[in-house]
Amino acid sequence: MQKRLVGSLVAIGFIMAGCVTINIYFPAAAAEKAADKIIDEVWQLKPDAKPDTKSGKPANPAAENKGDVK
Amino acid sequence: MKHMTKLLWVVLFMFAGSASAAADLEVNTPAIAAVKASMQARHNSLSTYYASGAVGLTRDGNVAVRDASLVPLAARQSVNGLVADENRDRAALYREIAQANGHPEWEAEVRSTFAQRWIDKAASGWWVQNAGGAWVKK
Repeated sequence: MQKRLVGSLVAIGFIMAGCVTINIYFPAAAAEKAADKIIDEVWQLKPDAKPDTKSGKPANPAAENKGDVK
Repeated sequence: MKHMTKLLWVVLFMFAGSASAAADLEVNTPAIAAVKASMQARHNSLSTYYASGAVGLTRDGNVAVRDASLVPLAARQSVNGLVADENRDRAALYREIAQANGHPEWEAEVRSTFAQRWIDKAASGWWVQNAGGAWVKK
């Protein structure tokens, strides 16, 4: 029984070591996402596209409605 | 004893869960915001020179004067100043992002990630450095 307990503790030790490794490892995908966001802001790449896709300018929905078959 | 082993496994899974939770990088600090605003304000002036080919994006995440002869003599000094200021801000940006995430040693990796993304997002007609350091027009 004690053997099992020791085994579990060793397993926990490995998992914790794994956590540390993951935290130290550079998160490349997250960094790329962060870079994209910052570059869009600095170069003002997104503000032009946003009103069209999200808030919807009054001119665009009107154009879309015209295109619809109704 | 069986209960104890069960409990240990639960603890184990909790650790495993927390390990995969770290997803986004922290980029919303006052220092990063200040650097971003400064770079944003400079971009209008710099973009003229990116477009003319006088200034290009380097493979190490900076900007550099690529061909000074494309800049009128009177403006050359100011272009050099813009490039130097931009590179100072960029260095601060990479450093601050690494620091904001508790890993100052990530600075070089943050820089190389940005270097790639600046180049990928550069408008066509701008000059960028390829992996070998040669200037190519996008």
